[in-house]
Amino acid sequence: MLELESVTKAYGNLRALKEVSLRVAPGEWLSVMGPSGSGKTTLMNLVGCLDTPTSGRVVLDGVETNRASRSELTRLRRDTVGLVFQRFHLVPHLTALENIMVAQYYHSLPDAKQAMEALERVGLADRAKHLPRELSGGEQQRVCVARALINYPKLVLADEPVGNLDEDNERRVLEFFAGLHADGTTLVVVTHDPKVAALGQRTIVLEHGRIAKEAA
Amino acid sequence: MFWRMIRRSLLRVWRAKLLIVVTVALGAVISTAVATLLVNASDKVNQELRGYGANITLRPKQAAALDELYAAGSAATLEVADLPKIKTIFWAYNILDFSPFLQTTAELDAREVPVVGVWFSKHLSLPTGEELTTGVEALRTWWEVDGEWPTPDQALVGKDLAAAIGIAPGDHLALSDTDIEVAGVVDTDGEFDDSVILDLDAVPGQPGLANWVEVSALTTPDNELSRRAAANPEGLSAKDWETWYCTAYVSAISYQIEEALPELSARAVRQVSESEGVVLDRTQLLLLLVAALCLASTALGVAGMVVRSVLERSAEIGLLKAVGATDAAVLALILTETMLVAALGTVLGIGAGFAVAQAISWQVFGSGSEANPVVFAVVAAAMVAVVLLGSAPAVRMLRRLRPAEVLHG
Repeated sequence: MLELESVTKAYGNLRALKEVSLRVAPGEWLSVMGPSGSGKTTLMNLVGCLDTPTSGRVVLDGVETNRASRSELTRLRRDTVGLVFQRFHLVPHLTALENIMVAQYYHSLPDAKQAMEALERVGLADRAKHLPRELSGGEQQRVCVARALINYPKLVLADEPVGNLDEDNERRVLEFFAGLHADGTTLVVVTHDPKVAALGQRTIVLEHGRIAKEAA
Repeated sequence: MFWRMIRRSLLRVWRAKLLIVVTVALGAVISTAVATLLVNASDKVNQELRGYGANITLRPKQAAALDELYAAGSAATLEVADLPKIKTIFWAYNILDFSPFLQTTAELDAREVPVVGVWFSKHLSLPTGEELTTGVEALRTWWEVDGEWPTPDQALVGKDLAAAIGIAPGDHLALSDTDIEVAGVVDTDGEFDDSVILDLDAVPGQPGLANWVEVSALTTPDNELSRRAAANPEGLSAKDWETWYCTAYVSAISYQIEEALPELSARAVRQVSESEGVVLDRTQLLLLLVAALCLASTALGVAGMVVRSVLERSAEIGLLKAVGATDAAVLALILTETMLVAALGTVLGIGAGFAVAQAISWQVFGSGSEANPVVFAVVAAAMVAVVLLGSAPAVRMLRRLRPAEVLHG
């Protein structure tokens, strides 16, 4: 599903990732841990086609993203990847339902019924017409999860998905991820929390831009 | 979904858009006002310049030829009975006023004094069935009359002559044995200050005749075509001739008067018609510069606000890109929103701008300006161009915006 080969990402003189190599098999749940500044977010940006490496190869679903054009990266992001961010990024003037439909619109066609079903799956059917500011943090993150999954991505990338959630919402989101994993979706979850990391089949620990540890 | 996103953004984030509406509206107000005044300036300046007197003089053909040869006034006369035909030409409505002039002498208190025959305020029945009142009262707006404008059986006395013979308004003159009441003493700025001015029909000895006729017409300022036509109308191509004939150039109106009154020669008073062109050119240049400055400042204002809007919405734009929106799709969204907001500002601005133009027109010229759909269309197109131009820096910024930077901080 995903392969990184000697990937380096530099911002000026700062090398955020150094010669990182990694393989993620289809259906695998990979947890990525590491202290702040270790390169976790950089890794996520490269895997999520939000950025390209300075050197090395990144192959996602058979496409070499380090050679892809901007439009190819956009298409890959749209068709293959579902993104969940630590901060609950939602369009502030659209309702919960409309925020999900935005992802459908840029993927293919918006379908309110299907978007509503996605909200039901994350337990927010009754909040469909609420604006993000009318939702709690946990509810917003669940809308983000529903949006990330609405187009049935092959790979779900989550950056600290439960970092800002209370215990109840954390449990709901993680249960949801477990369900996705059971259905065969590939998951890459960046986290600080060892409990969350332990849910994955494999964990890598980044330190100073390199993979310092790897544990099954 | 596209229009739903636009609608939600416009309705729920309207405060941010209000500044763009106001900026574009202000630009449209000034542009519409300036463009309306620009389009109407020709008529307005012409009307103002009508206060400086006639711009066409008619003389008997023979007298005109002699005048051109010897640069001297001729005593030849013309029949005034046909003068109403002036108001039957193609540009009849542009003929504002006219009056015949007859210069002669008469005996007053055993001395010869100059006498001028004119129409003070003559009522005419035109061949078209219309009625018209015209004469020097409208033509010579700068004459200062102490007393009243005369009726046809009264007279004006030039101020120098009045001082010399001790005449005041209300006195009577024995002019060639005819008793005439003096309605007023007139200061003609030197032109007829030593004369007795009578109604043409009251001038003794030359009934129905005049030496020349002065015509005041609303004209289009001269250009290269009109100058070529004035020199030799027959030398124009058929297309140029038609354009010239159907435009209210002073030469075209003169030509048409000669067609209606073939025994007369119509000549433009060059100083007046050339002044029109100069004044109008300068007025138009000034207004164009104001319009250009206004459009430039609007573009700058819009640029600042659209850039600010993109900066404020960078997380939202980054998110849209992250979920799969192409640069073109995001551009379409932001530009459509901006253009709709600008359209509202333009519509409001054009309406208000026309009202401002009307107010200025009444204040400066004493009459309103006509609504011109072409002006509105041109202003709307200019505002579209200005808003697009103003959005250019934001478009560049938007294309360079990388979702990774704004979503992860």
